[in-house]
Amino acid sequence: MSTSLSMDALFLARLQFAFTISFHIVFPALTIGLASYLAVLEALWLRTHRRVFLDLFHFWEKVFAVAFGMGVVSGLVMAYQFGTNWSGFSTFAGGVTGPLLTYEVLTAFFLEAGFLGVMLFGMQRVGPGLHFVATVMVAMGTLISATWILASNSWMQTPQGHAIIDGRIVPVDWLQVIFNPSFPYRLVHMVLAAYLATALLVVASAAWHLLRGRDHEGIRTMLAMGIGMLVLVAPLQAFVGDLHGLNTAQHQPAKLAALEGHWENRPGEAVPLILFGLPDMEAEQTRYAVEIPNLGSVLLTHSWDGQFPGLKEFPKADRPNSLVVFWSFRLMVGLGFLMIFMAAWGAWLFRGRRIYQARRYLRFALAMGPAGVVAMLAGWVTTEVGRQPWVVYGVMRTADAVSAHSAAQVGFTLTVFIVVYAFVFGAGTVYLLRIIARGPEVQESEPQGGAGRMRQPMRPLSGAPDRFDEPAAGAQEGVPHGH
Amino acid sequence: MGIDLPLIWAVIILFGVMMYVVMDGFDLGIGLLYPFVPAKADRDVMMNTVAPVWDGNETWLVLGGAGLFVAFPIAYAAILSAFYLPLIFMLVGLIFRGVAFEFRFKAPPARQPFWDRSFTGGSYTATFFQGVTLGAFLEGVPMRDGQAVAGSFSWLAPFPLFVGLGLIAAYALLGATWLVMKTESDLQQRMRELGLTLTWVLLLVIGVISIWTPLSQPAVAHKWFSWPNLLYFSPVPLLVLVSAALLRRSLARRGHDAVPFLLTLGLVFLGYSGLGISLWPHVIPPSVTIWQAAGPPQSLGFTLVGALLIVPMILGYTAWSYWVFRGKVRGDEGYH
Repeated sequence: MSTSLSMDALFLARLQFAFTISFHIVFPALTIGLASYLAVLEALWLRTHRRVFLDLFHFWEKVFAVAFGMGVVSGLVMAYQFGTNWSGFSTFAGGVTGPLLTYEVLTAFFLEAGFLGVMLFGMQRVGPGLHFVATVMVAMGTLISATWILASNSWMQTPQGHAIIDGRIVPVDWLQVIFNPSFPYRLVHMVLAAYLATALLVVASAAWHLLRGRDHEGIRTMLAMGIGMLVLVAPLQAFVGDLHGLNTAQHQPAKLAALEGHWENRPGEAVPLILFGLPDMEAEQTRYAVEIPNLGSVLLTHSWDGQFPGLKEFPKADRPNSLVVFWSFRLMVGLGFLMIFMAAWGAWLFRGRRIYQARRYLRFALAMGPAGVVAMLAGWVTTEVGRQPWVVYGVMRTADAVSAHSAAQVGFTLTVFIVVYAFVFGAGTVYLLRIIARGPEVQESEPQGGAGRMRQPMRPLSGAPDRFDEPAAGAQEGVPHGH
Repeated sequence: MGIDLPLIWAVIILFGVMMYVVMDGFDLGIGLLYPFVPAKADRDVMMNTVAPVWDGNETWLVLGGAGLFVAFPIAYAAILSAFYLPLIFMLVGLIFRGVAFEFRFKAPPARQPFWDRSFTGGSYTATFFQGVTLGAFLEGVPMRDGQAVAGSFSWLAPFPLFVGLGLIAAYALLGATWLVMKTESDLQQRMRELGLTLTWVLLLVIGVISIWTPLSQPAVAHKWFSWPNLLYFSPVPLLVLVSAALLRRSLARRGHDAVPFLLTLGLVFLGYSGLGISLWPHVIPPSVTIWQAAGPPQSLGFTLVGALLIVPMILGYTAWSYWVFRGKVRGDEGYH
């Protein structure tokens, strides 16, 4: 373990990790939500045979495919980053994190990738039942993937079930490792966040079309399903978030103190809730604090004047940066409350079907489109920065985890990633928005098995609608595909 | 423990990387062959032959990395740190190649040529730097106190660069013979002709690497040319020559569309086994063996249970997916 590294290389390696993981997590979050949504849409189509569900399935499938492609390539970078930039961590903690990541590959990545082809390209080649199985498998894959990666991250936050032998972590009890204290809360919190982010995207897409005067059954169904999801999940997420906060209070007191901007307890005095302020690490206080008396005690100890540790109770070297997590946490919670408000307002507008003309609400919903993604990123910043200065909480410091690269080398690769990501994912986002802007094709999908010849829209789908279904140059007419 | 866990894991990783080389090899090969096929309709067909399966193919690379992480964490950290730059370049190549599958069909027509170039350039970059990493790995990773001590540019040497070019030839041949199997008429004929040329190129590459490696590394030479190893390993070069001859014959004749691809698989497998023999039993050549680099047995055992149960299932549904998309790909078959 070399602590002689310059802070620059460490800082750049952390920045590189933060940058690549932030870009990456957006896509899995959307694919977790969209895969489940697609499975629901296909199930509804199979049950009711209402065309609108198939149209919506094909529409969101295109969005899913682009998001999934970007998730795959950015995820590949993550799989190798632990070794390239964090060799100290890999050598020391690989005994626990390696198997968890490998199980993710074995049980999730292959499942998603293996059935994705059939889901995207196979509707004409397999029966409806098998196609539905493929869609469900893809959705299962996304959820299993979340489970393993959250198990690994949760173990880094609240490690247990291991021993340290010859300077390396050795797993002793896998059940303890996987079902560590924070795992259930984090997993549920993240999956709900993915569902919220997706629902907000679906509602915002519908709102955009309604505002543009495109009002048909597909758009209305999207809006209703999206708001229905928000009504279910937004309040639930607040409840789960509260439980997760109590769990953090129990297992990571320094993180909690930092995100509350709470420095010290005076004997017998309750802890206020600081709404806003500027935590100052040097001065060891939160400046300009706007506080509500006793609320901190009530929320976190469930008693009128209970106390929880302040930052001053931890050595300076063990304190996470309060300024960052104080604000990232408030951003997340604030957006969460806005989502609950949006769900309630939307549910109320659904009475009497006024919602489709409620322009003010639709504009609000459109503005809230990215809120789920932003809140999720803010949440990850809170939990990861709040874990510092540890990479494995209380066991290994981040400074000991980094590879011995020069700052120049890490800086160079970081620059490469920033340029490549900005360009590639910028283009990808534009294409995503363009697909969404075109909206679901009404009666886009032919029922299975056309007369004599399977008809299916060709790529490119971005072409004008009238380009669909024209045979390509040199295509063989009238040849049914073998089954 | 009676079971030799590191040995079993070494075999699993070798198998995973082998699967990767073969499967992502022909996907990447499609991108490598794009410059030889200018027509848009042909390019659409080429891409559609792998569009449903490429993602699963690439996943074997992630399994190889994850397996190395579990079984040999020291090697994972050492190798990935030592070959930092070529691996990052490989990843950047894979990013441009991977998104092109979706973006090419989603972009407005004016932007399509750009994503064609992204597909081609990404495929060349990824393949070349994979080869460079492999070549540098064969040359060895000097270690001191459990840390790799390689300069940032140690891979910038003749041998790694040559292996990089060699891998381009191998993947291009895999791509060409895959297309012989999956396409028809003019495009197929073009691939047969390209395949004939590429077979010579690949033979040359295998020959040069086979001579270069033992000349520059006495330990490898000793392994190959000492008795009785010489007897055991002598079938490898002979089989290479026989496969290459059969491959050229099957490419030159009509019919048997799947035979060239299968023979190319054989060739790649033989070359791969040759590399494996040269390295065995080192996971960080020339000094660290698989037993020295192995992670804790609790980690290897726990993951092995899953691997033995799940890998057969993966092979099963992957094969099913290939079965669903069997047969020739035509111009009128597209996305959905």
